[in-house]
Amino acid sequence: METTVIGKGLPKVDAWAKVKGNIVYADDFTLPGMLYAKVLRSKYPAARILAIDTSKAEALPGVQAVLTAKDVPNNNLRAKFGQSTDVGAQFEGLYRVLAEGKVRFMGEAVALVAAESLKVAEEALDLIEVDYEPLPGVFDPEEALQPGAYPVGENESNVVSRFKVRKGDVEAGFAAADVIIENTYRVPFVDHAYLEPESGVAWLDEDGVINIRVSTQVIEHFRTVAEVLGLPQNRVRVIGTWLGGGFGGKEDITVESFLALLTWKTGRPVKLTYTREESILAHSKRHAYVMKYKTGATRDGRLVALEAELISDAGAYTYLTPWVLLYSTVNATGPYDIPNVKVDTVAVLTNNPFGSANRGFGAIQPNVAYESQMDELARVLGMDPLTIRQKNCLRQGGSLATGFTFDRYVAVADVAEKAWQALGPVQENEDKNIRLGRGLAVGLMSYGRLTFLHDSSRSYVKLELDGSAVIRCGVPDLGGGQAQSLCQIVAEELGIPLEKIKIYIADTALTPLAGTTTATRQLYMSGNATLKAARELKERLLTKAAAMLGVRVAYLKIANEGIESTVDPQQRISLKEVINACATEGIELFCEAQFNAPFTEVPASEVISGRTFADFTFGAHAVEVAVDVETGAVEVRKLVACYDVGKAINVLNVEGQLEGGAIYCLGYALMEELAVEQGRIKTPSFSEYLIPTSADVPDVETILIESGAGLGPYGAKGVGEPACNSIAPAILNAIRDAVGVRVTSLPATPEKIALALRKEQ
Amino acid sequence: MELQKEITITVQVNGRPVTAVVAPEESLLEFVRNRAGVTDVKCGCNKGDCGTCTLVLEGQPVKSCLVLAAQANNKEVWTVRGMAADPLMQALQESFATHGAVQCGFCTPGMLVAARSFLAHHQQPDREAIKEALSGNLCRCTGYKKIVDAVAAVAASQASARD
Repeated sequence: METTVIGKGLPKVDAWAKVKGNIVYADDFTLPGMLYAKVLRSKYPAARILAIDTSKAEALPGVQAVLTAKDVPNNNLRAKFGQSTDVGAQFEGLYRVLAEGKVRFMGEAVALVAAESLKVAEEALDLIEVDYEPLPGVFDPEEALQPGAYPVGENESNVVSRFKVRKGDVEAGFAAADVIIENTYRVPFVDHAYLEPESGVAWLDEDGVINIRVSTQVIEHFRTVAEVLGLPQNRVRVIGTWLGGGFGGKEDITVESFLALLTWKTGRPVKLTYTREESILAHSKRHAYVMKYKTGATRDGRLVALEAELISDAGAYTYLTPWVLLYSTVNATGPYDIPNVKVDTVAVLTNNPFGSANRGFGAIQPNVAYESQMDELARVLGMDPLTIRQKNCLRQGGSLATGFTFDRYVAVADVAEKAWQALGPVQENEDKNIRLGRGLAVGLMSYGRLTFLHDSSRSYVKLELDGSAVIRCGVPDLGGGQAQSLCQIVAEELGIPLEKIKIYIADTALTPLAGTTTATRQLYMSGNATLKAARELKERLLTKAAAMLGVRVAYLKIANEGIESTVDPQQRISLKEVINACATEGIELFCEAQFNAPFTEVPASEVISGRTFADFTFGAHAVEVAVDVETGAVEVRKLVACYDVGKAINVLNVEGQLEGGAIYCLGYALMEELAVEQGRIKTPSFSEYLIPTSADVPDVETILIESGAGLGPYGAKGVGEPACNSIAPAILNAIRDAVGVRVTSLPATPEKIALALRKEQ
Repeated sequence: MELQKEITITVQVNGRPVTAVVAPEESLLEFVRNRAGVTDVKCGCNKGDCGTCTLVLEGQPVKSCLVLAAQANNKEVWTVRGMAADPLMQALQESFATHGAVQCGFCTPGMLVAARSFLAHHQQPDREAIKEALSGNLCRCTGYKKIVDAVAAVAASQASARD
């Protein structure tokens, strides 16, 4: 297809305001008469609250409100995540606004204060007296699974959910295997470390609607906030700001309920912004996993059986844990065709920080394990890493162990080959303490939500009389170009230059709801909704122009702000004239369209089968590392990411996702770990929780395959989350190649590698 | 001796004098954001780890969360918004936008200030030198490549302009 705007690496609509420092992020916004809020947080990971005395805090001059659980109209809810369908208790857990009874993690919100200044609010926190009875707690997920383990909740089991996949007969499969590799892998809790801490401002407008202007990935939380306050849903409005990063950490409710409660109580505008330390303490983490893997292959490198047991540490509350676990369950085999599979997964509550969404959403953890296993198999069999993958990977027509069949192009073999070859010739090694090594890993990950969530998105496109266009679409923009891609779609379809398109996003009162900016779904869902609306308008314009020009629609095209005959370009009329003619005749110059993803039923049992996702994105990472055998330090010298992106709507943004995604999880591989001891976070700030700096990273080389096989507009696939898959195992495999050490627990710190090297000597 | 509880200071923020009575512990970051209303300077960590609060104080890039407001009394502070007419800053801004060096944008103002200060004093830096110079400014979105591309492109055009 010939395109004029789609595929171009154009600067984003928001780029100019961002480089000029003009974007008003959540904390940059203030209102007259605004109060400042602070949250009192539990100092114990497990305790019972016996009493709370707020009288001294309330008496402090300047304090306008002090709230505890008893002040929350509905403090205990079933957590929703923007879905409008009822998915049942199996996939939902307790969302508690403020702690009551048992405290379940350190940092859990206990009380709220709103005061005339931040300083007074902070002083008031110190005056709230909480009488705690410390409880033993449980901090190890395997221990929490044992009978008689400390119960994290009041009456509920520590088990959040269990899933299984069954295919063939693994016993028989392993009996037929010539080689069996068994390993246990451990991955830690990690933080999203977006640079903008959670923040928002709330106010009551003149007719009693609570407005919350907040940094969030999910404006649909207005429904939960309404439920917390016992208000009708149309009395809460959420305005999403441009986010200073999200990565899944702003998918759950953060400050919204707190702000709404304080504004409702005081009638005044209220601001709440977390400090970095509070952000790390309060929000979700990527789940820590223990993964036992057993993989069997024949002598010629054919996979014959895979058995996996995954234990997910859900932390203190359920949040998105069941969904994340389901992703892990479906992804546990990787993109491989394996005749005999047995996967058992379980997520369990502990008194650790709670786990929830983090870019990669449960696909990332098993990827570390299955790609390490493939590498070990290749070594034992004397095969190269590319060949073993090409021999076993899924292709079009192949099926996952759940039975889901890929009826479209499956790029695994191609992305693996292109990434691996791009590393180029092996360099000479100049330093005697340095060992070079190379690693390859592939991965698959869905884009779009779980199909039983019955996802939909709506978008509104309108033409103005001067030939400009407006888009209204409730997408939160995390910086990935979510708004930009919609503008490019409208520009392409309607022949209107980008600078004449204005987009309004993320406002539950004024933009059609487009669903969450999560699950790598916005281009797929809102892109399709916008495309549908734009094409409907295009049809109306062409029909009108056909009448005006006396040329049949089939011979007309829309381009450069005009409609012209494909046969005789002299026969041309400006878009503005057609629009005005439509306006005169009362032809609608707006269209709101809805796009629905494929719908499936909620899984009826623990055994997962059939379709759970709309589609998948396939990618590979190849790396070259230099390991210092004295210090154990790892430097990634080359890093190639190759992905089938379907179609790049904006090539700069796609590359940006792949580059950023690779480095996001280069940190996972080498340096990031939210260290938690007995429920206490030992890495409370960016001084201890280290993320990659510019000096730590290579230039990521990106290779895009544009197969057109995606379900998104123009055949695009989603890449935001898949981008950070497979980089961590590629690095682990390269370390193994360089120094012979198989690191089975992340991160691969210099200490771990140096110790393993000493052990070997 | 009694400790001073408040100090009256005047800071030139983007060419405009801002006078306020501040507590001795108030940071320059708080002063610039809350007293001067210059919010392009961000607070990402408030302890010098992330660099989102980088601004120019008396010609030097500093992390303003680590500087006391009182230390800037009678001194000059510049942020991205105040450098709108500066040709080197303009070149960097355009380069960041066209190279895709901006994703969420929260690190961008600090990153631009750091990059401008670096390029003002370094003629033909290679990529490694640029990475080193920007290593005090965290970015979680981009993986840094396009940021380095953007800065390198401006460095190259500066060099060719001199030739």
